[in-house]
Amino acid sequence: MPGWAASMGEGFVVAVASGKGGTGKTTVATNLAKLCAETGQAAQYLDCDVEEPNGHIFLKPTVTERREVTVDVPAVDEEACVSCGQCGEICQYGAIVAIADKVLTFEPLCHSCAGCWLVCPVGAIEPKPLKIGVLERGAVGALGFVSGRLEIGHVRTPSMIGCVKACIEPGALAIVDVPPGTSCPVVAALRGVDLVLLVTEPTPFGLNDLKLAVGLVRALKLPFAVVINRDGIGNDETEGYCQAEGIDIVVKLPDDRRIAEAYSGGAMIVDAVPECRDRFAEIGRYVEAARRRRGA
Amino acid sequence: MKIAVTAVGEGMDAQVDPRFGRAACFAMVDTETMACESIENGNVAAAGGAGINSAKVVIDAGAEAVLTGNCGPNAERTLRAAKVKLYTGVSGTVGEAVAQFKAGSLTEATGPSVDSHAGMGG
Repeated sequence: MPGWAASMGEGFVVAVASGKGGTGKTTVATNLAKLCAETGQAAQYLDCDVEEPNGHIFLKPTVTERREVTVDVPAVDEEACVSCGQCGEICQYGAIVAIADKVLTFEPLCHSCAGCWLVCPVGAIEPKPLKIGVLERGAVGALGFVSGRLEIGHVRTPSMIGCVKACIEPGALAIVDVPPGTSCPVVAALRGVDLVLLVTEPTPFGLNDLKLAVGLVRALKLPFAVVINRDGIGNDETEGYCQAEGIDIVVKLPDDRRIAEAYSGGAMIVDAVPECRDRFAEIGRYVEAARRRRGA
Repeated sequence: MKIAVTAVGEGMDAQVDPRFGRAACFAMVDTETMACESIENGNVAAAGGAGINSAKVVIDAGAEAVLTGNCGPNAERTLRAAKVKLYTGVSGTVGEAVAQFKAGSLTEATGPSVDSHAGMGG
C-alpha cells in the first residue's frame, strides 16, 4: 500500500483540466480517482464536463440518485403588469422585454440574475423553475461518483457545473473532471479548487493550448502542475516550456497502443495496463504532497 | 407610414444589411415624405439578445414594418408582438428596398428566416 494512502482530515479538491480537448483529462481524472479510492482514501469523482460527460463510461458507477437541476427564470403575471418596462431595461441579455402592453420572456437567454423580479414595482414577476439538466450521484466501490448532464439547447453550463460541485463532500479528496478550453464553464469548474492538473500532449497544438490554460490558472491564482500524456509523440518543446516557466511536470504517461485500446473499450488504464498504475500512483503522491503543504 | 430598413451605413444609398439583430444601422424611412433618419445599432456586438433588443429599438422608434435580409426567431417573435410587419430577403440599397415596398413587390414573412445566432460574426 503506497504511503500516500494515509487518510487526511481536511478535504482537498483537485481539478483535471486542459486547454486543448482530447488530451486525456477524463483518463487522468477517472484513473486517479479509482486508484485513490482503492488505496483507502475517501475520494470522489465529479464530472463537470456537463455538455458531454463521459466519466461514467469508464467508471461504470451504480447510480443511486438522479434529480432534475433547475434555474429560476421570470414568470410574468400579465394581469398585474403595469407595462412600465423596467424589467426589460435591467435585463442585460434580452431575456425579458416590454413591448406595448405585453411582456415577452425568452427563457433560454435568462441568466437568473433576479433583476427583473426585484425591479418590478408591482410584484408582477415571480421566479419559476426551468429545467436545465440532470444530476446523477452514485458510487464505484468506495469511490463517490457525481455527474451533471446539461440538456441539449441550454446554455447554463456554469449553473450546472455549480450544482455538481455543490456535491463535493467535506473531508474527501474530490477529483473534478473539467471541460476543455478556457471559457466560462472552465472558470466555473476551476474556481475554489486546491490544485489544478493540466493535462497536455507534447505537440505544438497541445503546447499552444497549454499556454492558454496556464494563463487562465495564473489569473485565477490557483496552484497547478502539468501531466504530459502520450509522451513520445511531438517534440520536447512542452518540457522546455515547463522548465523555463518553473512548472512541475507531475508525470509523463507513455504513448502506448494498449492504453488507446483500453480507452476505446471503455476500460480503466490502471486495470488494463498494470505498469501504468505506478504513473497514476505518482500523481497521487504529488496530490498528497500538495495537500500536506496546504495543511501545513 | 414609418418603416425600418436594416442598413450597413447611413442614408438611402447605403446597402441593406442582411442581418437584423446585428445590422449596423436602422434607416427609419417615412414612406410618404421619404425622409430618412438613421439610427446606429448599439446591439452589433451584444453578447446575446441582439435580435430582441434591436426589435425593441425599431418598435420604440415607431416602425410599422421592417425590411431586412434575414431575421431570427427571437426578433421575429418580438416584432410580431408589436404587430410590426416583417419582410425578409430584401437586398440592394435602402432606397431601392423602400421603392419595392411601396410598389407592393415584397412578400411579408410568415416566420423567422434563419435560426438564432445566424448573424453572429465568424
